Amino acid sequence: MKRHTTAILAGLGLLGTAQMATAAELHVLNWKGYGADEPFATEAFEKMTGDTVVNDFFNSEQEMLTKLRTNPGLYDVVMINAAFMQQALDEDLVQPIDTAKIENYGDIDESTAQSPMLNVDGNTYGVPWTWGLTTIAINDKAFETAPTSIKEMWKDEHKGRVTIRDDAVEAIQLGALATGQNINDVEDMDAVKSSLSELLPNIRTFWSSENDWNQMIASNQIDLGTYWSGSAGRAQTKFNLPVTLAVPEEGAVGWLDSFAISQGSDNVESAHKFINYMLSPEFYTEWDETVGAPVSASRRAVAALPEDAFNRAVMGTPEIAERVQFQEPITDEQREEYLKLWQSLKVGAN
Amino acid sequence: MAATMTQENGLRKAFPLLLPAYAWLTLAIFLPLSAMVYFSLLTSMSPSEQSSSLTLENYAAFFSDPLYVTLLLRSLRLGLVVTLICILVGFPAAYVLAKIFKGRAREAIFLLVILPFWSNSLVRVFSWSMVLREGGILDTALNSILPFEVTFDLMYSYPAVVIGLVHSYLPYMVLTCYLSLQAIDDALIEAARSLGASRLTTLRRVVAPLALPGVLAGSALIFIPVVGSFMEPRILGGRGGTLYGTVIEDQFTAVYNWPLGAALSFILLAVVLVILLVSAPVLRKTA
Repeated sequence: MKRHTTAILAGLGLLGTAQMATAAELHVLNWKGYGADEPFATEAFEKMTGDTVVNDFFNSEQEMLTKLRTNPGLYDVVMINAAFMQQALDEDLVQPIDTAKIENYGDIDESTAQSPMLNVDGNTYGVPWTWGLTTIAINDKAFETAPTSIKEMWKDEHKGRVTIRDDAVEAIQLGALATGQNINDVEDMDAVKSSLSELLPNIRTFWSSENDWNQMIASNQIDLGTYWSGSAGRAQTKFNLPVTLAVPEEGAVGWLDSFAISQGSDNVESAHKFINYMLSPEFYTEWDETVGAPVSASRRAVAALPEDAFNRAVMGTPEIAERVQFQEPITDEQREEYLKLWQSLKVGAN
Repeated sequence: MAATMTQENGLRKAFPLLLPAYAWLTLAIFLPLSAMVYFSLLTSMSPSEQSSSLTLENYAAFFSDPLYVTLLLRSLRLGLVVTLICILVGFPAAYVLAKIFKGRAREAIFLLVILPFWSNSLVRVFSWSMVLREGGILDTALNSILPFEVTFDLMYSYPAVVIGLVHSYLPYMVLTCYLSLQAIDDALIEAARSLGASRLTTLRRVVAPLALPGVLAGSALIFIPVVGSFMEPRILGGRGGTLYGTVIEDQFTAVYNWPLGAALSFILLAVVLVILLVSAPVLRKTA
């Protein structure tokens, strides 16, 4: 009986593949709820190309790499944080992209598009999609005028009213910015350490999700803290919370998300079309308006937003472009060293 | 000879009954644990580095850095404090349930004791955060009753972690104490009373020794998970919430260093086992 069922299933499967020759599937690997899986987007893409989008998700960059390793050829398009592209390349998980096939590629800033993290040996492996900042956001109730220096977090008057994320890498980068160092090349780790241990008494608690942060603001428990630019925008526009992004003059940490085509993809043609659609103003404006999005890498897409939109009015200003330091790859050894330092700081602080 | 025959026969008959439980234990506990032992001896989990080999370095890391020992001591202390409070609160409650309430009232109170088990532990912890914070339920309630202004803010502190953990684990203590207290024949207590023992002496010389197995079982059920707890300290403890359990969690989720995380877990397992083994003879004597 079971054998029969298998035979039937196989027969159906064959029929299925025969039909799929005209309407193929496009497998996309991305964070859940991060644009590519919006129903409006998959529907629009299906209407445009006839190809069905099949979404799969990861919960960490490590999981994304593991999924690519263990399912070669399954995924067509994969969203990779630029800082992790080198690792994907070392393991031969992605293939070169023909940027000529992506019309909207020209709308990306030259310096971003040519980022050495995404381009190796003359080949382009990642198409910049969105970017954002890890920086400071303030509780409007606590400030007459927004602070301009990162040192505001260290002030006595905010004792017990500061929050930072419980993340070793973000903490070390914050210490590096406060001590005037390059976040990607921290030379004086002792200075970072003493600076962070001075900050810890001011910390109320560590946040781990957007919801944590917004709740602390809603119940007026904090004055300021580190936050992500997109989240601050959402808190302001979607939840009407008194939150303002205050990018300090010492700088801010930037991250860049890109799309890549995985090695062994059987639908390279459609993958290019999908990346092109993800960069289009039609997709981006709807995403930002209905859900809330980070800043698109495409200038044309950002310009299509309403004039007062957070991603255009605040994130698009030249001051921000000047202050951002983009995060570069971190080795596993560095990551472990950072974690150890961060743990010992936390333990020594009570 | 005949005895061994029947024993063997009995074992053979019992085999089909034992099989599901042991097969499940092998599959669900023994295999993953063995895999973790193997991971804890690896130099690296990353498949990009082919040079992964066997080492004891992860265990050495525990001893070379005072950080881990400090954290382990802190977690053990937390386990002791939570267990003690659970005994102090749980034992009287169990006594009242077993010896004083009867019928419907007992059922109702019992239900209230078990109720927390029916809700998700994460939900319980988050509801504490609403109660304990400044401007939270407790703070508002106190200020509306008291004639003077108090700021009551326990959130993100060590007491908050203790409160959350006691709430999560108290039912274990109540249930185990209840079972051993209920088994005590009321005639024994009446006899002690009629022979002139005061209430306190009866409790000390009759009830407590007989109920001790329940208290010990409850303590073990509470102490072991509390030492390794990570969720309650992380959510309620704020910056004081860094404990042994949270550091293990970081190894698995933040840096993908499974070998070190597994090694730290096995050291915790060993320490807990040693504590239980060392205390076993003492406990047996008192019981």
